[in-house]
Amino acid sequence: MEEAKGEEVTLFGFWSSPFVHRVIWALNIKKIKYKYVEEDLSNKSALLLEHNPVYKKVPVLVYNGIAIAESLIILEFIEETWKENSIMPQDPYEKAVARFWATAAGDGLWQFFITEGKEREEALTSVINNFELLEKELIGKNFFGGDRIGYLDISVGWISYGVPIFEEITEFKIITEQKFPLLHAWMEAFSNSEFVKDTLPLREKLSERYRKVWEAIMQKKN
Amino acid sequence: MASEKGVMLLDFWVSPFGQRARIALAEKGVQYEYKEENLTEKSELLLKANPVHKKIPVLIHDGKPVCESLIIVEYIDEVWSDKATLMPSAPYQRAQARFWADFIDKKVYDCGSRLWKLKGEEQQAAKKEMIDILQLLEAQLGDKKYFGGDSFGFVDVAFVPFTSWFYSYETCANFSVEGVAPKIAQWAKRCMERESVAKTLSDPKKVYEFVCFLKKKFGVE
Repeated sequence: MEEAKGEEVTLFGFWSSPFVHRVIWALNIKKIKYKYVEEDLSNKSALLLEHNPVYKKVPVLVYNGIAIAESLIILEFIEETWKENSIMPQDPYEKAVARFWATAAGDGLWQFFITEGKEREEALTSVINNFELLEKELIGKNFFGGDRIGYLDISVGWISYGVPIFEEITEFKIITEQKFPLLHAWMEAFSNSEFVKDTLPLREKLSERYRKVWEAIMQKKN
Repeated sequence: MASEKGVMLLDFWVSPFGQRARIALAEKGVQYEYKEENLTEKSELLLKANPVHKKIPVLIHDGKPVCESLIIVEYIDEVWSDKATLMPSAPYQRAQARFWADFIDKKVYDCGSRLWKLKGEEQQAAKKEMIDILQLLEAQLGDKKYFGGDSFGFVDVAFVPFTSWFYSYETCANFSVEGVAPKIAQWAKRCMERESVAKTLSDPKKVYEFVCFLKKKFGVE
């Protein structure tokens, strides 16, 4: 393990992981300097396994030698350790709502992506119900965090590229400007934000990866 | 929901998730109205308060709903912050508390369900998994009084309701928690000395009756 010297932040990640992207966005907003280590998930490094023995997954944030795993837990750790450029709401109720949507917003999306027929219809109903509620959280705001990007924007930010990719591959549109005007606008504002813009891999590369995963799953079924 | 002042908890008597909320409220000395839900015929109030998952527990505080048991416990800790603090104060310890509570969430109920739902090899696999889970948690507890150290904390609240399910796990899968994780068994006894826990947890025999009812319902023999 590396010697801790002053403030040393290392992020173990994988280029296409939406969970890793959350942490990158938070580190950017907080203006935290960090070292990034790309993991080969088919051949995980000894360091990763040492830092996350329970799940053996990315992302893992290592701060002055101590390791934190699980992306949403890492976000709250970042918020509490670096006080400037706050990303969490102050009010306990707003915090509870943000924490709820951080995990619930994506419910059903993966099922929608990898299923067909009746299963997909059910997943889609669930997704649409959730998005209708999520849309309400944006009323009067540019971002879920208000004027600025916050914890919930970061947590669900993967939707800004994930949903268009899913839509492209399944050839089915979910978030249209007509149906979800606020979510649609949020997706654009989030993607174009200075903290997000240059962080993502090329859209084509991401799309290709998801397509490969989708084809493999679909092939297994048929 | 009307903006009625006060605290209400929508819950189901044997739910370990609901019990987390009840224990937290009791630790803080918060007065609240308990509403038992019929899970086969969910109330309008529940469906309105938790439209996404339609699940209990839901805490309704001054008319505003909070869903998901661990989120509810953190909310309770933050609002009634004057006594019985459940979360540690340092960021790394807080991250650790959240990590282990989340681990308990991801693993215990699901693995426990497989212990009574499955038979033969599949059940043996679930049993091995449950033993691994208990031993991993035991390593976290170490020789501390509670997961939270000297004081009863977030991880204790997250895990303790499952201790009344130990009897059911042991009976269905034929093993002993005390045998595989003695420190966990001791910790469970210590927790039962707390009024909040003793008054909240279901009797293990009643939990077992409930599990048997579920087994019949799912056609498990």
